[in-house]
This record gives sequence, C-alpha cells and structure tokens, in this order.
Amino acid sequence: MTAELGHYALVLALIVALLQSVVPMVGAGRRDDRLMGFGGPCAMMQLTLVAAAFLALVNAYVTSDFSLRVVAENSHAAKPLLYKVTGTWGNHEGSMLLWSLILAAYGAAVAWFGDRLPATLRARVIAIQGMTGAGFLAFILFTSNPFERLDPAPIAGRGLNPVLQDLALAIHPPMLYLGYVGFSIAFAFAVAALIEGKVDAAWARWVRPWTLTAWSCLAVGIALGSWWAYYELGWGGWWFWDPVENASLMPWLLGTALVHCVVVVERRETLKAWTILLAILTFGLSLLGTFLVRSGVLTSVHAFAVDPGRGLFVLLLLAIAIGGGLTLYALRASSLRQGPTFALVSREGGLVLNNLLLSVACATVLLGTLYPLLAEAISNDRVSVGPPFYAATFVPLMIPMLVAMAVGPMLAWRKADLAAALGRLGVAFLASIAIVALGWYVAGGGPLMALVGIGLAAWLVMGALTDFAERVALFRRPLGVSLRRAAGLPRSAYGSMLAHGGLGLLVAGAVAASAWKAESVQMMRPGETATVAGYTLRLEEVTREGGPNYVADVATMTVLRDGAEIAVMTPERRFYPVEGQSTTEAAIRGGVFGDLYAVVGEPDDSGAWVTRIYFEPLVGWIWVGALVMAAGGALSLSDRRARIGAPARSRAAAELAVEA
Amino acid sequence: MSPAKRQRLLLVLVGLGLLAGATGLSLAALNDTVTFFHSPTAILESPPAPDRRIRLGGLVEAGSVVREPDGVVRFAVSDGASSIEVRYAGVLPDLFREGQGVVTEGVMDAGGWFAADEVLAKHDETYMPPEVAEALRAQGHWQGE
Repeated sequence: MTAELGHYALVLALIVALLQSVVPMVGAGRRDDRLMGFGGPCAMMQLTLVAAAFLALVNAYVTSDFSLRVVAENSHAAKPLLYKVTGTWGNHEGSMLLWSLILAAYGAAVAWFGDRLPATLRARVIAIQGMTGAGFLAFILFTSNPFERLDPAPIAGRGLNPVLQDLALAIHPPMLYLGYVGFSIAFAFAVAALIEGKVDAAWARWVRPWTLTAWSCLAVGIALGSWWAYYELGWGGWWFWDPVENASLMPWLLGTALVHCVVVVERRETLKAWTILLAILTFGLSLLGTFLVRSGVLTSVHAFAVDPGRGLFVLLLLAIAIGGGLTLYALRASSLRQGPTFALVSREGGLVLNNLLLSVACATVLLGTLYPLLAEAISNDRVSVGPPFYAATFVPLMIPMLVAMAVGPMLAWRKADLAAALGRLGVAFLASIAIVALGWYVAGGGPLMALVGIGLAAWLVMGALTDFAERVALFRRPLGVSLRRAAGLPRSAYGSMLAHGGLGLLVAGAVAASAWKAESVQMMRPGETATVAGYTLRLEEVTREGGPNYVADVATMTVLRDGAEIAVMTPERRFYPVEGQSTTEAAIRGGVFGDLYAVVGEPDDSGAWVTRIYFEPLVGWIWVGALVMAAGGALSLSDRRARIGAPARSRAAAELAVEA
Repeated sequence: MSPAKRQRLLLVLVGLGLLAGATGLSLAALNDTVTFFHSPTAILESPPAPDRRIRLGGLVEAGSVVREPDGVVRFAVSDGASSIEVRYAGVLPDLFREGQGVVTEGVMDAGGWFAADEVLAKHDETYMPPEVAEALRAQGHWQGE
C-alpha cells in the first residue's frame, strides 16, 4: 500500500512541478506578485511529495517488500539493514528517484533562502528548476517507475551486487548527485539572467554559493568513487579513465572553471557572457553524464542497466535543456552589457587562462569518452580509448595550468606586474626544486615526467603558502600584526588557498602512485614469502570463515620489515551465495608515505594461492587532497560575503584585507 | 575597433588557438593510443602489428584455464569458430568464469599467444560485453538479442 502512495505522490509531484515551471514564469513576465509568489510554495510542495515517494521506496527496501520489482531484483532479506537502506539508490530506478529528490531539494532551498532575490529573478529561477524537475519526474514515471509491482511476488530477492555492499559506495551516489544536480541551480540562474537580460555583481553573489556547494560535493563524490574502486576492485588502481568516471569528471572540470569565473563577474562585472555559457554547459555535461551512464551506450566497467528507451528519454531532456539554453544564449547574450577591459597580465587574465585550459582539457576528455561511439557509427570499429590517450592530451594541458595556478593569486585585478609576482614566488620555486631533489633521492631516481609532476605538486603547495605569507606580511611585519591580519582574512581567501594546496597534495599522490608503484604477483603456499618495496610478506594460512551473508577464504599474512614482524594483513576472497558472486577484499595497510596492498586470488590444484602485492607510494594523498579541496570550497562557502543577501558593509572591509 | 572589442577578439582567438592545438594533439594521440577490439577469428585472419595494443574478447573456453606456478594464468578465448591462448599474470577479476564472456587487453606475442595485462569482466553475472556478443553473433553462436 505504501508503494501505491509513493507512486501517487510521484504523480502529484509531477503535476506540481509543471505548475511550478509555468505559473511563476508567467507571473514574472506580467510583474504579477501573486503569480510569482506561487513558485515558492510549489517548490516546497514538490520537495515534500518527492521525499514522501522516496521514503515509501526506502520503506519497501527495509521491509523487503518483494512484490516491488526493483526490490526483488536488487535486495534480499538476509542483507544488513544499512545496505537495505542504501540499496534504495543502488540501482537505476532508485538512483533516479534520489536524483529527483536532490533536484527538488535544491529548488526548495532557492525558494527558502532566496527571499532577498529580486522577485522576478527568484520566480524565474524557481520556474526553470521546476522544468528540470518535471523532466526528470516524467522520466521516472514513464520509463523507470520504481513502484512497479510483480505478480506473483517472489519469496526471495536476487540481492544487491556484493561489490556495491559497501559504505563508501553507499554515500558515493548522494554526494555525486549533490554535485551534478547542484549545477542545475547555476543553470537556472543563467537562463533566468538571459531572460532578464541582466547579469551583475549581485547575480554572481547569488550564484556563487550554489556553484561552490555543487563543486565541493562533486569533488567528494568523485573522490569516494575513486577510493572505493581502489580498495574494492582489488586492482590497486584509483582512476581508470572509464566513461562513467569521465562522466563525473567533465562537469567538475567545467564547474571548476565556473567557480572561478563567477568571482570575476562578482568583483569586476566582466566576462559575463562567458560565465553564462559555462553555467549552461556545466549542467549540460551533468545531463550528458547521466545519459552516458543510464543509456549504457558506452562499454564501461561499471555501467548500469542497458535500456535504449531510457537513453533516448535522457537524450531528449538533454536536447531540450541545452538546446533551449544555448538558443536563448545566442539570442540574448549580446544584450548583456560589456564589462570593463583588463590587461592580459592581471587577475582576470589569469582566470581567463584557467578557464581556457580547463575547458579545453574538458573537451579532450569529452572527445576521448565519445570517440568509441563516433568510431562505431562511422566505421563500425569497436574501439576503446584508454589511459595512454589521456596521458597524451589531458596531462600536457594540466602542466601549464598547474604552473599558472600558483602565479594567478599573486596578480592584481585589472593590471598586474608579472615580474613582481614571480619575484614573490622565488622562495616557493627554490623550495619546490629542493623537494624534487629530495624525491629523487628518496625514490632512487625515476622518470623525468614524475619528477616534473612532484615539482608541480610542491609548487602548488608552496604557492598557496606564499599566498598566505604575502597576505599577512609574514616576517615583514611584527608577528602580532601578521596574526591579526591572518584573523582578518576572509574565509574565501583561506578557501582558495586550501583548494590550490589540496590539488597539490592530489597531484603528488597521483604522480607518486603512478610512477613508483611496486608490484609482485606469485603463487604462494603457506610459509612462503614475497618481497615488495622492502616489505616481506609471509603467507601463514588460509582459512574459511563465515560472514553475515557470505563465506570467505581469509589469508593471514605477516608483514616483515628488516626481519621484524610489524603487522598482520588478512586479504579475503568472499563468496555471496544469494547473488552467486565472489568478491576480492584487499587488505590495505595505509600510511603517510604509502599503502601496502595485498590481494588473495584463487587456489590451484596443489594448494598454492595466487597473491598480488603492491606498494603504492603516497596514494592516500590523492583522496586527502580531494577532501582538502572540498573543505576549501566549504570554507569559502561559509564566508559571509558569499551568503545570499549579505550586507554590503562587510564587502568593503574584506576588500581592504584582500588588497592589503 | 574599440579596446573592448579588440580584447574580446584577442581572447576568442587565443581560445580557438588553444582548442585547435588540443584537437590536433588529441587526434594524433587517438591515432596512436586507441585500442581496437578483435575477435579470435579476426586476429587469425589479419594479425595485428606486433606491438599494437588491442582488446581480445570472447568466451573463456571450458576446461582451458591453467595456473602456472609463477602466477601466470593461461586460458583460451573463443568465438566459436577459433580460439586464441591468453596468458595473464595476476589475480583474475571476481566474475571471471569458464564459459563466460571476457574482454582482455594486451599485445599479440610472437609466440602466437596473447599477452594480456588487463582482464575485464563485468559486475554482473548475466552481462555479456556487447563486443563479445557481436563477435559471437558474427560466428552464429549467440542467440540473445
């Protein structure tokens, strides 16, 4: 019965979303306060109804209601409660419902927090958010109804794919969607601004917090997915340039450009048309990502259900949203007032360079992702594009960007002195060289590109530290003055330092784990040893143990370093009888300087087990770096200047602090 | 031309130049790095260049999986008409089974076997990689849709 109520709530939500997309829009055109005021309650109502539907579905999972097709196909009574709940979005139908829930929540948040927005802008933003919501609710109801019943209902469910029964993966989709869907707000603001024909500093101040929220959540979501792949798939890899991964990376790259571009509009009221275009394209890539993942047109290591009908529907949504947005852009962008000019060497110039490189890098990822589709359509060849392609295209574009990233924050707005900025980075440069030398010495050599990569990572971190030291006049003024200045710095300044420094950590981890990864594969009998990167692992025994819904072969390995026992690692190979699948559970001994990673495979007839042991230097820095970046975004978000409708007086004060 | 227009033109030109450069770079890279998918029959009919990375896919022949003491696994990948021996050092993915679809990536060895450094099996036991399904269909061994 709750399932029918959920379905009913979903239908009502669609109707409300349709009203939400029409009434406030008409109201804004007629300057009719009553019609415009209709948008807010609609957005709240839509959220309430979608949330009710979502809870009805969660309830069906928790109570193992196998008369629902999605529950029967994806859940089982003998599954831990946590994974019953998270299993709600572990499949296509449920994850689309989660998507709609987050979309509705963002719409309601604009209605809730946006009471200081100009009435027409607020009404239009809410209406456009309503249109997106209506599109996705229709998608769910017509192609992927999660409340479809089975008759007769099966007695037991098929279970959730065991590799998905994992905490990080359970939080991964919500975080990812908070990111993907968050860009819908930037899209709605962009389209509304085109209709209004007005983009100014105030508009940028309203858009910025939403974009930052989406950007930070997407960073966490991508990092979680990558971390999951690292420890769960048992290959010791953390990024595969898989289409599904690229689908989330592309909006993040453009979103990064957008986050920076919005600052230019806020501070200098220039680059407006470009910012609007970026906002439209970023959400377009979010939709494209959904299309790629949902339609299964691309062969991926982790594609969901393959259903051409669904793919077509998402493609239609994509065409309407992006086609409509871009048409409006072509018609109206010229009406946006041109902003003041700036010298090429200036903060604006640096941000333009950042935007160009990020957009072009995103374009190469897009080309690599879609190329297999093109090749098949044109020449009927089945091809795949792998890491070598991205190493030859994405990486060369990132190098100048990383070089410029430390310099950009040193440049003044409007017109800057490049020589002076570089002069201030002299210490950072020398420190980076020293770190490269240290890395070269510790690793005992290495490929040139890896050393360049470590140098760039150090350059970013040192650049962020220099930025801080410059702003508080460290060592140039008495310490007390510097401390007072540090306390007075706006949080957004700390946010950008954290984000830039975090990327430095990420780059260091990515470079080290790729260039200096050590691995060893062998057959081992109990008592035998294998050595990797100075660690010796001795296989003690392999025992069979039972878990809540699986049985496992657990290998016990003693780790020796210089003859002394330092740890015991227990990689497992689990078999899930309900799903008829086995999974590899790697044992990972994490550390600041690197992870020791052990996997046990299948035994052969003689009782020897395949084992694979890796040492991955600095690999943990990848995810720590991503979290630091996201934390930077969150800190920036908490800056009072970023708050919607924050009083203008704080701005003058903050400006003083930045300029100083 | 006003300074604002000149600046805009300059930015657009720089952007286009960068995009053109990246496109050129990408197309050149695609030429060298793209990995073609081949069925065993296709490989035997027209062998690929010795150091060219390719993907080989098909069904893992029942009874063909042999584990060597040094950790190398040998198995035969077949499309019904012909089969090729694959050698792979490492832990096979969880869904690797005899009689099931598999996609491997690597190079053809001069010794006539396929030296794989990657073995892919999907996260779903009922899933058939589309390339494999097509290769099997081409040989008339696949009845699915």
